[in-house]
Amino acid sequence: MPRVSGWWCMSLMSAEGIGVQYGARHVLQHMNFSIDAGEVVTIVGPNGAGKSVFLRVLIGAEQPSEGRVNRRHGLAIGYVPQRLSIGQTMPMNVARFLALSGSQNASTNQTMLARVGIPDRAKEQMASLSGGEFQRVLLAHALLGAPQVLILDEPTQGLDQPAVAAFYRLIEEVRDEMGCAILMVSHDLNVVMRRSDRVICLNGHICCEGTPSDVSLAPEYQALFGVDNEGALALYHHEHDHTHDTVASP
Amino acid sequence: MVRAALAGVGLACVAGPLGCFVVWRRMAYFGDATAHAAILGVALSLAFSVSIFLGVLVMALVMASATSMLSGRIYAMDTLLGVAAHAALALGLVAVSFLSGVRVDLMGYLFGDILAVGLGDLAMIWLGAAAALSLLCWRWTSLLTVTLNADLAAARGINARWEQQILIVALALVVAVAIKVVGALLITAMLIIPAAAVRPFARTPEAMAFLAAGAGVFSALAGLGVSFRLDTPTGPTMVACAAVVFVVANLAFMGRRGA
Repeated sequence: MPRVSGWWCMSLMSAEGIGVQYGARHVLQHMNFSIDAGEVVTIVGPNGAGKSVFLRVLIGAEQPSEGRVNRRHGLAIGYVPQRLSIGQTMPMNVARFLALSGSQNASTNQTMLARVGIPDRAKEQMASLSGGEFQRVLLAHALLGAPQVLILDEPTQGLDQPAVAAFYRLIEEVRDEMGCAILMVSHDLNVVMRRSDRVICLNGHICCEGTPSDVSLAPEYQALFGVDNEGALALYHHEHDHTHDTVASP
Repeated sequence: MVRAALAGVGLACVAGPLGCFVVWRRMAYFGDATAHAAILGVALSLAFSVSIFLGVLVMALVMASATSMLSGRIYAMDTLLGVAAHAALALGLVAVSFLSGVRVDLMGYLFGDILAVGLGDLAMIWLGAAAALSLLCWRWTSLLTVTLNADLAAARGINARWEQQILIVALALVVAVAIKVVGALLITAMLIIPAAAVRPFARTPEAMAFLAAGAGVFSALAGLGVSFRLDTPTGPTMVACAAVVFVVANLAFMGRRGA
């Protein structure tokens, strides 16, 4: 399978032989992974496949039971978590949250807020934002750290179809502008198939890996995603504007 | 009287901001467990004749560290903390009863004895409060990030366990400072009530911390004044004043929203 790597372009971060064990249960086994500058990599897999755990290992939030993670020295990671429950207990407006990224310059932060499409929300409380706005603020927060790699854990969970499409379009634009690599976990198979350089199909271990078209033909992928596969394939091969209802989240 | 006022103000200045973290991180029970361990600390420091401040500080640290390491698998966190809090209180009371040689003013340690604060006590209170407040200011951004989301913090290279330890040390310091002022049983009240009272009026975490310190200072001074006039126990009166502030603040907020 084609991989953009070699001596001239050292990967941003890599994982060697990662294993995570909770008690007797193996959540992840024998994970080898690397991501290069500017690459878009998507991880797909059923619930409980260890996708989020793997991301948490990569960002250093969790220690693997075996294996090791290498990060390029001084690597800036932007992370958009799956959930951020800012309860009502903590007052937090959007401007203050963006400043927590370390970027204290109010006009820079306001520009970023405009870039993600919500210029007039700086004074709002985080808890009062809609789901789509909230995800955009999280993205802006991550981008303000000028990341070389942007890691997103199911960033469109809970958004409706148009909001999902808009959010992915935004991520793609940002990638083109900032040139950062993107690693995301996604259930939106049709989007994954269209926009990723590489897809990793995960279910406790790497089932298969490669370009979207390679992966969608792999028997391991077809076994995991069953009937969804045809819809996803159809979408990938001919890029019609209409969507198939058969493409549902697994 | 002036010494008592200064002691109350010193405690309130640090209890407000720290109390915000107790509220945000849902650590109320954790605060109780740490505060109750202070009685055990009193007994031990009397038994080994070391300074009460030191004994309470060490015991509070031990308690807070022990309970924070027990991540509940079979028990929920509040169950474990409930066990720890009440066990520490009971053990402390039993231990104090063994100290036959010295006459121990148990009520003073349980509910505070701010009018008996000497100059030396006052110095310890301000030093302890300043130390805890400096810790909070130093780690403020990291503490906020960890409180929001541990993974978000990890991605930015912030160690959640280390920040948790910072909070524990600050909490132990405040417990050691507060035992003279409001006593072991009401320390959590001075942490939580001012912070909760000002929550409706704050739009940023910093605003909430400042307002909480202000509400705490007001409650301490008002409590002192009221207890002087009505001849009531000072520590409980301060907490009662804080509770009044809480009720009034919430009524005012509801009124403003309704209008």
